[in-house]
Amino acid sequence: MSVDAAALRSARGETRAAPTAARRGQRSRLASIGLHGALVTASAVAVFPILWVLVTSFKPDTRAVSPTPRLLDESTVDNYVDVLSGARGDFLAWFGNSVTIAGLSTLVGVFVSATTGYAVSRFRFPGRRGLMLTFLVTQMFPFAVLIVPLHNILLALGLLGQPLGLVLVYCTTTVPFCTLMLREHFDAVPTDIDEAGRVDGLSPFGVFWRLVLPLARPGLAVTAFYSFLTAWGEVAFASAFLSVADDSKTLSVGLQVFVQQNRAEWGHLAAASVLVALPAVVVFYLVQRFLVGGLTGGAVKG
Amino acid sequence: MAEVAYVNASRVFPGTPPVRAVDNLELSVADGEFLVLVGPSGSGKSTALRMLAGLEDVDEGAITIGGKDVTNTPPKGRDIAMVFQSYALYPHMTVAENMGFALKLRGVPKAEIREKVAEAARMLDLTRYLDRKPKALSGGQRQRVAMGRAIVREPSVFLMDEPLSNLDAKLRVETRANIAALQQRLGTTTIYVTHDQVEAMTMGHRVAVLKDGILQQCASPRELYDRPANAFVASFIGSPAMNLKTVPLTPEGARLDGLVVPLSRSALDGAAAEGLSEVTFGIRPESLRLAAADEAGMTMTVELVEELGADAYVYGSVRIGEQSERFIVRVDGRTPPALGQQVEVTVRDADEVHLFHPGTGLRLTA
Ligand SMILES: Nc1ncnc2c1ncn2[C@@H]1O[C@H](COP(=O)(O)OP(=O)(O)O)[C@@H](O)[C@H]1O
Ligand SMILES: [Mg+2]
Repeated sequence: MSVDAAALRSARGETRAAPTAARRGQRSRLASIGLHGALVTASAVAVFPILWVLVTSFKPDTRAVSPTPRLLDESTVDNYVDVLSGARGDFLAWFGNSVTIAGLSTLVGVFVSATTGYAVSRFRFPGRRGLMLTFLVTQMFPFAVLIVPLHNILLALGLLGQPLGLVLVYCTTTVPFCTLMLREHFDAVPTDIDEAGRVDGLSPFGVFWRLVLPLARPGLAVTAFYSFLTAWGEVAFASAFLSVADDSKTLSVGLQVFVQQNRAEWGHLAAASVLVALPAVVVFYLVQRFLVGGLTGGAVKG
Repeated sequence: MAEVAYVNASRVFPGTPPVRAVDNLELSVADGEFLVLVGPSGSGKSTALRMLAGLEDVDEGAITIGGKDVTNTPPKGRDIAMVFQSYALYPHMTVAENMGFALKLRGVPKAEIREKVAEAARMLDLTRYLDRKPKALSGGQRQRVAMGRAIVREPSVFLMDEPLSNLDAKLRVETRANIAALQQRLGTTTIYVTHDQVEAMTMGHRVAVLKDGILQQCASPRELYDRPANAFVASFIGSPAMNLKTVPLTPEGARLDGLVVPLSRSALDGAAAEGLSEVTFGIRPESLRLAAADEAGMTMTVELVEELGADAYVYGSVRIGEQSERFIVRVDGRTPPALGQQVEVTVRDADEVHLFHPGTGLRLTA
């Protein structure tokens, strides 16, 4: 690799001075400044909206839209107190609902996708190709098209207005993607490992649970995070399928009380948004340490 | 400890046409025996081994271990341990966990597992690596972990599928000896798959030669070398390979160029009974020699000389009938002929000739 890269560079006449000086991973000072400058700019662009929301969340609604926000002399935690105390709707109940629904969607979704992905990766059965194709096709429909049929199905099942119904709906959107994703990860685990496990005394499910799943942790992390975010931030299905009672809303639906037709409480909205973002950050933090590649390294030969 | 038997076992992979990867295999392995399955790539060795492990279905016939029919028993019920060609170590477990995993599944107490793992590690010189993950081991060390994983379980049968093929040549020879010694010491019935006939000949108590899923011969290495049952075994076993040529028969024997190799009465009668005017004539390079000046011989043009120190192998062509045939002759390493030279070659001892049926390839001489 390194030889190829060096050869390529010298072929393009890009080697600087003596070839020994152009060691890998070394940059000139100018390149370094340029690179860091670009990274800082990109980070600032990415972080700025979040920073703005954070700043706004500490300001009274009336001053929220002023173009020169000052953090120090006008910041209060009033917005947070208002939001958390339930003065503007039952925030804590929404929060609880969201945690339950997103958590359940993650668990059920990842479990179903993992078992499906494993079956597709390891077993030959009729309809195996068709199944994956169907999964791809279902991803093509926009949410809006699905609302009415899903509504009817939930109604027929008696799950309309129930958190469980919404969990199932979220699973229908996450499972196809997660299955495709996990199947890739399972495929990367050599089948020799399955067989070694079976010879060592594992049942077929034991192989899945104790060998293949642990080795597919990066995939599980990604799919868990994806499932959680999908359920956590979704508005359309949540407002259509949950009962209208204030204490059965999810956060993303509830937040709308802060932005009414002719009156927007930007400060409160920002404070609530910060609170909403926190669990996502926590989940990401929990999950990111598994997002390392190369878990299966060393399984086979040398 | 247990004896193992394949009873007319077959594995047929579906397809058009179906592949009989293992065809009617009839083979028994004695308790404590080291049996090597050898054959060219695709001959069904791995499939045969995997059938025994329970990783492959047995479509016809049966398999018994220790007298018990295990044809439909899942792998975990067969009390076997397997070393995979790829080693198949569990990457997320340390060396110690890899080796102790099977015992842990069986609910063996922790202290006992630790003890057994430590003992196996001592045997395999792995003690220093017990806390490492497989990723941080060299190829040879991984191979030993795979062996350790099998040993720790004290199974009744060891199965090994080309366990040395990923090692470099030197380590392979070393490990070969270690495995043979280990098996001797443990006395566990072992079935070992390899495509390398040298490995087969040096390790096995008996060697079973497979080709296209069909067992060609199962015998001791000596027997296999001295009395191959057919032309395929004759050509597969031995390095460099046996010279195998179709030659015309005369009343005195087989004619090779200017040389008539006398054949035994029984061989000639056998060939006559089959109505053969030609036979497949086999002779190993070491059974040929350069003829003295006044001796009859076949004239060979030297094309290549492979000097190995003590010996040299001379490759050359001889005219037999209309065709030019390649022969290999072992000569004294100190006085090899020169390239392009014409030499006279003769047979050391007519008893060392192998005769096969030119059509079926079966051995003719008794
Ligand atoms: N899963 C399979 N499906 C179809 N054919 C197979 C399968 N496994 C092996 N075969 C065929 O069976 C034959 C024997 O294979 P194998 O036992 O792996 O040979 P070896 O180990 O001697 O090289 C080969 O022709 C191979 O193509
Ligand atoms: Mg093989």
